[in-house]
Amino acid sequence: MSASIEQNTQEDRKFTINFGPQHPAAHGVLRLVMDLDGERVERIDPHIGLLHRGTEKLIEHKTYLQSLPYFDRLDYVSPMNQEHAYALAVERMMGVSVPARGQYIRVLYCEIGRILNHIMNICTQALDVGALTPITWGFEEREKLMIFYERACGARLHAAYFRPGGVHQDLPQALLNDIEAFCDPFLKVLDDIEGLLTDSRIFKQRNVDIGIVTPEDVQNWGMSGVMARGSGLAWDLRRSQPYEVYNDMQFEVPLGKNGDCYDRYLCRVEEMRQSIRIMKQCLANMPTGPVSSQDGKVVPPKRGEMKQSMEALIHHFKLYTEGYHVPQGEVYSAVEAPKGEFGVYLISDGSNKPYRCKIRAPGFAHLHALDYLSRDHMLADVSAILGSLDIVFGEVDR
Amino acid sequence: MSKQQTLIAHLKSQLGDKLANHYVSFGELTLEVNPGHIEAVLKFLRDDSDCAFTQLIDLCGADYPERPLRFDVVYHLLSMTQNQRVRVKLQAGEQTQVPSATGLFDVADWFEREAFDMYGILFAGHPDLRRLLTDYGFEGHPLRKDFPLSGHVEVRFDDDAKKVIQEPVSLVQEFRDFDFESPWEGARAANLIPEGVLPGDEKASTEGQEG
Repeated sequence: MSASIEQNTQEDRKFTINFGPQHPAAHGVLRLVMDLDGERVERIDPHIGLLHRGTEKLIEHKTYLQSLPYFDRLDYVSPMNQEHAYALAVERMMGVSVPARGQYIRVLYCEIGRILNHIMNICTQALDVGALTPITWGFEEREKLMIFYERACGARLHAAYFRPGGVHQDLPQALLNDIEAFCDPFLKVLDDIEGLLTDSRIFKQRNVDIGIVTPEDVQNWGMSGVMARGSGLAWDLRRSQPYEVYNDMQFEVPLGKNGDCYDRYLCRVEEMRQSIRIMKQCLANMPTGPVSSQDGKVVPPKRGEMKQSMEALIHHFKLYTEGYHVPQGEVYSAVEAPKGEFGVYLISDGSNKPYRCKIRAPGFAHLHALDYLSRDHMLADVSAILGSLDIVFGEVDR
Repeated sequence: MSKQQTLIAHLKSQLGDKLANHYVSFGELTLEVNPGHIEAVLKFLRDDSDCAFTQLIDLCGADYPERPLRFDVVYHLLSMTQNQRVRVKLQAGEQTQVPSATGLFDVADWFEREAFDMYGILFAGHPDLRRLLTDYGFEGHPLRKDFPLSGHVEVRFDDDAKKVIQEPVSLVQEFRDFDFESPWEGARAANLIPEGVLPGDEKASTEGQEG
């Protein structure tokens, strides 16, 4: 080879390419402007906001109850976990407490949401690095869980099930039995999926030592959830700042060692097993009684009651027109959503509509770190890292 | 003394007059500071071993158009080691240059870009204060209270021009923001209705509102 060709290639090696917003590995509508040196990534500028729907603005124009369904539309992979943060925020401001059965149902469905999310993430991340089979196995299980969603609230995705004060309606015993019957066979499927991935040479080559997050990075980049635990930080809001009945649940918080994509994958698999464990405890200890607060000024009455009682009818009318007034003030309430810390910062001016509702989405902070994590990696690693960050654009763009 | 009270006493003794105000509501501690002190306060909260608020969980704006300094900038900090949270607030006007927190927390970069995009809050020393969530070429700051919910422009694909074009919003039916609030209770009754006006009368003059 002559020297002139060598010089030319040095010049030609640097270029800028556009990744997405229509690329399947972009996990939605993400546009990345990447500066490359050959196949080596020098800089990534993510352009987000293509799915920005102005959720926070819309919420300012809706009553507290009408705002709730917007939370299903954020991270649509695990809708109820988002509603949970909002419901907790409103409950804290109003001083409403949720009866025991309501709390158990919430925990049960939060863990179903966690499994929904982790199946989606593991299988699509595996798809991004070339494993085609796991997604077909995983989505079969996801489908079963979506049916549990549907049987609880009538919708597979846009649940609107966790309402301030409790949950919308009670679960029939048959549904609880079916969820119980789902648990053990699912662990077998999980073993099968792990059999495809965990020891796979190709999967490990693509994930081990890729996208390493150190504990300092976690602090600096505002990471939470699996991104923090994969790096060995024992931080889980279900444990450290418990809400609902998580205090009574026996479960372990799996930790990674190296903070790479592979450790995060292992953490997610183990979290699903722990979720099943929590679900079984919920089912075994499910108390009887009401599923939502008995305060008629917050929770609307049942249909039948409305036909009999004048007071219930008035409550129903008032709650579905004016809604309830939330005392003046501000709260920040956070839950351990499958992707990390999902927070709702709610400012109330004492009226029936939120004055300001800031949604703190874990994916937003994680995607922000993509540039930092991908530097000096190869182009192909970007999709592995992106998959492992667990991004859903509904919540990043809001 | 609870953990929070210990923290408050510690902050009072260490920060002194940098702390304009502090209060606890709904069990959450809020610190109010002046924009000039924000960097020093955040740095102290991050580096002091008794505080160790090493994570900036959230940064956002809020708009109060009736105030002379209309914006609030709200920082939420978390300490994993102390298992504590704190909220830091400052007030800023449209021209105020709020010192950027990007030097202390890398994550502040996008949060500040978002606050700039949504409210037009300016951050001094931010490396790249571009719009983040809104469309390329968007004008205005959508989360300001005086920005209409329906926006100013709508986009569509124009078959003649063979490109996406922007037009002023035209709604077949005017957007209806129903005012269901009872005049006898809530915020209106508490502080917004002037003395001598019968509850509900102040709504009679409001034009363009139904319901």
